[in-house]
Amino acid sequence: MFKEYDPLKDKLFSVMDKDGTIVNEKWMPDIDDNQTLQAYKDMLFARKADLMTVSFQRQGRIYTYPPNNGQEAVASGIAQVLREDDWVVPAYREMGVWLAKGAMLKEIFLYFMGYEDGSRFENARHLLPVSVPIASQLLHAAGIGYEIKYHQKDEVVYTFVGDGGTSEGDFHEALNFASVWKVPAVFVIQNNQYAISFNVQNQTSSKNLAVKSVAYGMKGIQVDGNDFFAMTRAAQEAARVAREDQEPVLIEALTYRKGAHTTSDDPSKYRTKEEEQEWEEKDPLKRLKLYLTNKEMWDDQQEEEHDQQYKKEVERQFEEAENYGEYPLEDVFKFHYSEMPDVLKKQMYAHEKYLKWKEGK
Amino acid sequence: MSVMTLVKAINNALDIKLNENQDVVVYGEDVGYEGGVFRVTQGLQQKYGAQRVFDSPLAESGIVGTAVGMAVAGMKPVIEMQFSGFAYPGFNQIISHVSRMRNRTRGRYTSSLVIRMPYGGGIKALEHHSESMEALYGHIPGLKVVIPSTPHDAKGLLISAIESQDPVIYMEPKRIYRAVKQEVSDDKFNVEIGKANVVQQGKDITVVSYGAMMRDTQKALAMAKKAGFSVELIDLRTIYPLDVETIAGSIKKTGRVLTVAEAPTSFGIGSEIIALANEEAFLHLEAPPKRVTGFDTIFPLPQGEHHYLPTPEKIYYEIERTVKF
Repeated sequence: MFKEYDPLKDKLFSVMDKDGTIVNEKWMPDIDDNQTLQAYKDMLFARKADLMTVSFQRQGRIYTYPPNNGQEAVASGIAQVLREDDWVVPAYREMGVWLAKGAMLKEIFLYFMGYEDGSRFENARHLLPVSVPIASQLLHAAGIGYEIKYHQKDEVVYTFVGDGGTSEGDFHEALNFASVWKVPAVFVIQNNQYAISFNVQNQTSSKNLAVKSVAYGMKGIQVDGNDFFAMTRAAQEAARVAREDQEPVLIEALTYRKGAHTTSDDPSKYRTKEEEQEWEEKDPLKRLKLYLTNKEMWDDQQEEEHDQQYKKEVERQFEEAENYGEYPLEDVFKFHYSEMPDVLKKQMYAHEKYLKWKEGK
Repeated sequence: MSVMTLVKAINNALDIKLNENQDVVVYGEDVGYEGGVFRVTQGLQQKYGAQRVFDSPLAESGIVGTAVGMAVAGMKPVIEMQFSGFAYPGFNQIISHVSRMRNRTRGRYTSSLVIRMPYGGGIKALEHHSESMEALYGHIPGLKVVIPSTPHDAKGLLISAIESQDPVIYMEPKRIYRAVKQEVSDDKFNVEIGKANVVQQGKDITVVSYGAMMRDTQKALAMAKKAGFSVELIDLRTIYPLDVETIAGSIKKTGRVLTVAEAPTSFGIGSEIIALANEEAFLHLEAPPKRVTGFDTIFPLPQGEHHYLPTPEKIYYEIERTVKF
């Protein structure tokens, strides 16, 4: 597959068209109908959670949040190959992957409500928290890959970055280190066309982003990231290369951020309605739904039922997060070092003393 | 016991920890086959193999960033920045990830790793090879910063740094890499991070220094002794967290404090110690605290470096002024 879709040929890997018809039978992923149906439901849930989070933000109930709407198939494709021991090193727009890895939606809410506790991921194994400084997390994945290889573990590390992140030095250093060290790492570029307001055509003169793998001597592929089947197959192939051949792989997932960069951003300032409409037709959920309804595995009534059910679940978890409680002063201090140094204790006690004085006033 | 230079002592500490803990790996630019540009890691690759002691691609952010990943996954990377002046491409990883991993995951993951870097001037080096920027690291919450001044401390501090559950910036005074020799135990021992060393007891003034400046300060102290001043000398050893108890206790006793560092004056380690003197020992002070440092200037090229670096004479001059105030 990596030969057939060599990034130098600038050929997009897709399996299903925008009407939900399979057009590339040869590369259908190894996945059964039940799995596909479950993946669709998971994507519906992720989208519901995402859209509701944006409205919670509008209601002033959560702080700045980076929406995922439109990019669900990228996460879902990777989720199909994730094992419990595999590592995930995210950027900040990977809702579906976090959930697949076992993060609770409540924890994601907690993080964006302003509690570090949300990054503890009580039930998730090998999941790192959101990484805000662009592309810097990719190097952590290369390092984790070194550890996997050093201890000869049967694990793969998956890491994510946006199209803008491919201009950062750390992106290039991470690909280089991973490839020199031959580590089992899968790098996923979520090419959602924009780095905030700056479009990908101006971000690089490369003909695609996958082609950047070539210079580092690693396999790469440009995938239709709104095509669940193409993403899943690419993830399966990449996982095999990483796990069996002990080599890194670069996946460029071509997708579209339907929402804003974050809730503080207004995309109407830098893109057209026509463009948004064009991508709406390629929406990943719409396409998979057409596939499933064509196969009579899904209908509008089921969709409506699930929508209601998911709405309740999102509300339940959001309310739990909202009632999480006070952020104790001690929590500001106590996680910086394995043991709190005297200098921090002193600062904390001094502040407590001030608070007591204030109370007594 | 063996006679060791700083270089030998650091090498010995790495050797001991590599031997003891399979999860320790040592890497950086030229550290593997060649054993480092200062030969600090000489012989370690031959002894422990290229999986554990190796040359990395030439990219400091890559070196630090991959070490974060290794540490998160449970390894103990001891990485080298070839010169502290080249560490800045890795600075984003240090300030954005190394220092924050424990706090942002509420202790679930840590990046307890060791970053070694030679620093400081006085070796007639090229541009970017002489700076003393420990204050930058001391200012970052989540890091510990140590600087040895003797082979004994270099070994004991590095062993403690590698055994620490917290990330440690380990800065090496390259000017005295080979200039100071000392009998050091061949066995494993620790020098505790966070504990300063009272090198000499005295009653007239407290002098606080660290790193390569300790040697010049000791020369100044010999002059002070001749002049009849009783000086208490403290070697910080740990820049962060400072040993407040030892420093403040000494200042309370002597009533005077002078700090010596080869870094710029403003916002430096000396400034922090003087703030401490004010907060902890204000009523004991009998003279204005004094900082002897370089200048708030860019470190001059070799023909100018003698202007910049504090000398024993200059340190003595300020001791005399402070004691006689």
